[in-house]
Amino acid sequence: MQSRRVYLDNAAATRVDERVLEAMKPYFFENYAVATSEFAYSEGIDARETLDKVRNDLGTSLNANQEEFIFTSGSTESSNFALKGIALALGKKKGTHIMVSKIEDFSVLHCARALEKQGFQITYLNVDSDGFVDLDQLKDSIRDNTILVSIQHANQEMGTIQDIESIGRICREKEVLFHTDATHTFTRVPLNVKEIPVNLITVSAHTIHGPKGIGGLYIRKGTPIVKWMDGGFQEFDLRAGLENIPGAVGFAKAVELVTPEETRMLQAMRDHIIDRMLAEIPNTTLNGHRWKRLPQNANITFHFVEGESITLHLDMQGFAVSTGSACFSRSLESSHVIMGIGGDHERAHGSIRFTFGRYNTMSEVDDIVGTLAEIVKELRIISPLGKEKMEDTK
Amino acid sequence: MTFPYSDLVLEHFRHPRNVGQIEDADGKATEGSPSCGDMVSVYIKVDPEKKTISDIKFESYGCASNIATGSIITELAKGKTLDEAKKINWKTASEALGGLPKIKAHCSVLAVEGLRSAIQNYEERHGLVKEKKPTTEDEIHRRLRKVMNPLSGLDLERTNLVKNVQLKDGIVRVVIDLPPDHQFSNSIKEEIKEKIEPLWDIKEVVIEFIA
Repeated sequence: MQSRRVYLDNAAATRVDERVLEAMKPYFFENYAVATSEFAYSEGIDARETLDKVRNDLGTSLNANQEEFIFTSGSTESSNFALKGIALALGKKKGTHIMVSKIEDFSVLHCARALEKQGFQITYLNVDSDGFVDLDQLKDSIRDNTILVSIQHANQEMGTIQDIESIGRICREKEVLFHTDATHTFTRVPLNVKEIPVNLITVSAHTIHGPKGIGGLYIRKGTPIVKWMDGGFQEFDLRAGLENIPGAVGFAKAVELVTPEETRMLQAMRDHIIDRMLAEIPNTTLNGHRWKRLPQNANITFHFVEGESITLHLDMQGFAVSTGSACFSRSLESSHVIMGIGGDHERAHGSIRFTFGRYNTMSEVDDIVGTLAEIVKELRIISPLGKEKMEDTK
Repeated sequence: MTFPYSDLVLEHFRHPRNVGQIEDADGKATEGSPSCGDMVSVYIKVDPEKKTISDIKFESYGCASNIATGSIITELAKGKTLDEAKKINWKTASEALGGLPKIKAHCSVLAVEGLRSAIQNYEERHGLVKEKKPTTEDEIHRRLRKVMNPLSGLDLERTNLVKNVQLKDGIVRVVIDLPPDHQFSNSIKEEIKEKIEPLWDIKEVVIEFIA
């Protein structure tokens, strides 16, 4: 194994910040009680107070009240709760029509498919070539029996940030609930529930140097939702299960540690990698919008070559990235995101996602550009595709 | 750290042998397409006297398995007679590489197909094959043996996933014993189409998933 590793897949997971781990430690070793025990002994009271405090911190980060924020095991559970909880609450009362965009994360998309099997009607909204949902199509597709619209804040693969303010307004006007998956924008892109008419927001700690296995769901006061994780009465009787106090503490600490300066630094790395790749490597395409994108995300297609070959070569030289290639996916299908923006299989197969985090540096960005230029050149020599076009750029 | 690939696969991936085109190839073929995710072109020079493969080159648009298999089959085929080279199959290639991950079987089978098609191309160009035969259900089954089931790394026929095959008036109907929303349904569907659609007398391929 290479001694130096450069990790540029921070959308998948991030290194936990030492300060986050330090904040969590006492809740493993000193007070490991859960809040449910608050009426039995003082450790339980301490646990309750701690949980209340961090819940308040997290609620405040969205400008929400603390009773509007519940802890979950992560984004997947949060989005499952949002979609299935609303479906359970309104399916019989109001209607069975739900709308999602075509490029949602699987946690939303596959929830929608599961509900479809239970008799719900799902509209999968198209996106344009940058990945933006068509607001007119959204407006026109809302029906009397529409109960929920779920559109992500930013895309997990190509980083495009949706206009959730306009989407929220349309939903509010038509009296339809609106859920947004903010897994990749939380703390990096402003999201204020007093300004944005949104009913439910999915967030997670794993993308911001917090621990895995802890996430949250913002539920605006008055939103009809039915509990589906049954058991005890935790989380305002909305989600049963032992409270993950160390996780919740780590989550709040992770949020506290994100600064606008840091986000600007990530954005500078993003812009630098995009500018250099597009300028220095011929036959490359940026996926997603150039500016309205996550500050920490770049996604580029290297035409005529296949992504798994690129990632493997990069890995052997010490770099970790991910690809939208079918060969890389567990279902052997091309990225539904790149296909969703009208890209063909070839564009998806050659797409590489770079996502930055706290521990990356600008010199790592320069290193990967140089390394990638060589790898792509070599793979194009082997490739039967694009020979004529490559002659032009020699 | 252990890669899902053997050292030999990685070696051929990093330094593929016999890469490129042969300008005046006696036989050449391209298997796959950018849309299926992998593509391999194979070029051969044939010694007309001995009927042996005197030179062979390949190009690959594909993942590590695809590149490594392309590389190993060129080594295996070089110097062999056409009849010997036709016998090189996925298993031979996989064994020569020290094993391939099951889920990658479909990527590597393409390179083997490329070699066979290049030989076929040579034979057709040199009048060594008889005229076009009409497709039979047996031929469809034979082609389905080249579609890999990503769950097991074995083909659809061997893993009993082919429930029924019907051929009528140029329309092929294939029934697969998997639910329509199975993890691999779409990818299997694409591959079946790709293997059967090129047959000269087939107009349409209909694939149903029933389970």
